[in-house]
Amino acid sequence: MGDAFRSYEVGDFYDEMFSSQNEARPHYRELLERFGELSDSELERKHRLASQNFLNQGITFTVYSDNQGTERIFPFDPIPRIIPRQEWEHVERGLVQRITALNRFLHDIYHDQRIVKEGIIPLEVVQSAKHFRPEFMGVDVPKDIYIHICGSDLIRDRDGNYLVLEDNGRCPSGVSYMLTNRQVMKRVFPALFSQHKVQPIDHYGQELLNLLRFVAPKNCPTPADPTVVLLSPGIYNSAYFEHSFLARSMGIEIVVGQDLTVKDDVVFMKTTKGLKRVDVVYRRIDDDFLDPTVFREDSLLGVPGIVEAYKKGNVNLANAIGTGVADDKVMYYFVPAMIRFYMGEEPILPNVPTYLTMFEEDRKYVLENIAQLVVKSANESGGYGMLIGPHATAEEHEKFRQAIIADPRNYVAQPVISLSRSPSYCEGGTIEGRHIDLRPYILYGDKITVVPGGLTRVALRKGSLVVNSSQGGGSKDSWVVDED
Amino acid sequence: MLSRVADSLYWLSRYIERAENNARILDVNLQVTLDCERSGPAEERVNWLPILATLEDQTLFNKHHATVNAEMVCDFVTFSSENPNSILSCVARARENARTVRDYISSEMWERINGLYLWMNSPEARLVYKSSAIDLYRSVVDYSHQFHGTTDATLTQGEGWNFIQVGKYLERADSASRILDLKYHILLPEGEKVGGTVDTVQWQAVLKSCSAFEAYRKIHTGQVTPWSVAEFILLHESFPRSVRFCVDGFDRALHRISGCDRAHFANPAERLSGRLLSDLHYAAIKDIIQQGLHQYLDNIQVRLVEAASAMRKQYCEWMETPMPTAAASVQKM
Repeated sequence: MGDAFRSYEVGDFYDEMFSSQNEARPHYRELLERFGELSDSELERKHRLASQNFLNQGITFTVYSDNQGTERIFPFDPIPRIIPRQEWEHVERGLVQRITALNRFLHDIYHDQRIVKEGIIPLEVVQSAKHFRPEFMGVDVPKDIYIHICGSDLIRDRDGNYLVLEDNGRCPSGVSYMLTNRQVMKRVFPALFSQHKVQPIDHYGQELLNLLRFVAPKNCPTPADPTVVLLSPGIYNSAYFEHSFLARSMGIEIVVGQDLTVKDDVVFMKTTKGLKRVDVVYRRIDDDFLDPTVFREDSLLGVPGIVEAYKKGNVNLANAIGTGVADDKVMYYFVPAMIRFYMGEEPILPNVPTYLTMFEEDRKYVLENIAQLVVKSANESGGYGMLIGPHATAEEHEKFRQAIIADPRNYVAQPVISLSRSPSYCEGGTIEGRHIDLRPYILYGDKITVVPGGLTRVALRKGSLVVNSSQGGGSKDSWVVDED
Repeated sequence: MLSRVADSLYWLSRYIERAENNARILDVNLQVTLDCERSGPAEERVNWLPILATLEDQTLFNKHHATVNAEMVCDFVTFSSENPNSILSCVARARENARTVRDYISSEMWERINGLYLWMNSPEARLVYKSSAIDLYRSVVDYSHQFHGTTDATLTQGEGWNFIQVGKYLERADSASRILDLKYHILLPEGEKVGGTVDTVQWQAVLKSCSAFEAYRKIHTGQVTPWSVAEFILLHESFPRSVRFCVDGFDRALHRISGCDRAHFANPAERLSGRLLSDLHYAAIKDIIQQGLHQYLDNIQVRLVEAASAMRKQYCEWMETPMPTAAASVQKM
């Protein structure tokens, strides 16, 4: 082992870099050697350089612990994660299969509901899903694509198997971190890239733009050259940096609600040269805030009338309205069944075993074993509304038991998965194992593109299983590497 | 270009310029009052009241303060968060506008504005202010100059750049006319003569507020006279802080935006700016003094406001919609 790794402990986990305490996995050997050559102070300097890079570029997100909102950088871990190409191809196939099934499901659920009629998914689950939009029954969307941009969260269990933890079919964020992590890595560790055949990811912006242009609405007056904009909630949103980053890399306008207006069911943006028609909106605003005349009346972020324009085929939205029904954690339970139902295939990437507390038998088991389980509320994200049984107090267990009994439809439970660990640069300058996940980004346009790698999030707090940026998580560059 | 972006660039530039002008006025007034022999509460009031009158902040000031003295006026115009036109408020608003157009302006421009904002909010700035407020005002002016220099050196000189010029020149023209008007509000102490020492010092102060003293001296070597100062600040063709020069810059930027040649106008804003410019071209200082300098300046300010609103109506007509507040736009990542 290299110098920096002298006191590294593999522990009782699946370690991404080491197959045992003294044995590095083959695809990590080169990297280990290079890091081994770095002295502590050099490593410290490189880490500082990288963090400085993020700060200077203003790559920050906003934390709302008080009314002020503080800008912070997303901690960066300079030790990359390496995924061998063959392993990645398996993941890629699984993700393609999954987004295909999800899009077919969404089309079905907003049209014939065959999957309900044939008894695969209970009607009640669909109807009670918080983000199901019955007002869109029978509405056709361009090219029948609902989820254009997907960011599924994957984890690896104790044996290194990839499992799907959740599908983010609404407005998955974080892709700008994936892209800037790579830029910063290239700047700070240029030599590493010449020693590895790392698959590039820089084409994300172009692929995203191609996709958005591909899904122009049926009434677009200039189908060969549609006008695409990115709709952001504005500078106070925690992901504003990402919005402006993506708009810049696609060369499209970033707009807020008040920049758009709807006339005769057509969406326009207000420019200094008058109104300009908008054809495709890559919206980074949830359904609820999109149109105060249809959803939340108090939304100041949205565009009054945009939903009607969308229904009439005068504008398209990516992602479509109502995809949240597939994000529901109860619906997640049924995704393997969807894959079998729509595609006649076995799921390539399995789900994490899940108990639905709406089923009596499952509920009984969950209530009795809550201290060993992870309990999640069906519609929360960002690590909120979640109980990690083994890490919680008896009082918290009881609180969740009562919540489950009061609203069994709204909870799911899963065994605690011992997430894989990866060597990470930790506070104090040591390298220690930390739990990680992986969020790959999938684009569904005229073809399905999975960007090689994705965003690896790291739970930088010792022992923590929560990787969310709002809860002390960081991230690292993720490489898909060709082995020779 | 999105109207909102044009509007933000315009305001960003106006606020930076306003912060600079406030800093200049306070700087000069501090220096002038240091020369005053007598000083008691009554004199301080006489020395500082005109500043509030010039900035049109008197009512707001009186709401929060019972007495007018150097410390209170300086605090109010420098750091007060109650005063939307204090240097600190202007800088904060400039930065807010810059953030919304972060992807239009260059990183270097952003770093200048962000740097000024961070510095104004730092304990260091308070220390500088305590030990010598003049140093703080000089730094604000420096930052503003760096911002405009950086803008010229790093930003494509297209539509957005022109909106920045519009904001800068409008604010500067307005401010120059106010600084000149400052003298109107300053009373000569009893027993002092027009043209006497105190009077000269006051007119020199007006010149210095506009960084015009040295330039003025190159042209007028004799006595500093009221009409020659007024002429210089109002009508000089090529001094970059004269009202005429600023209106020329404003008019030119407007024409660049519309693409109309400068002998004609394409919209009401250009008609107003062009007419004002031509009045300034042909004005004679003798007539202005005869008519009354204060009235003339008042009229200029009104016409600048009219041109500004015509410009906003032309390019940002719908801007009345309120911006979403921080609380309303919180969404989880």
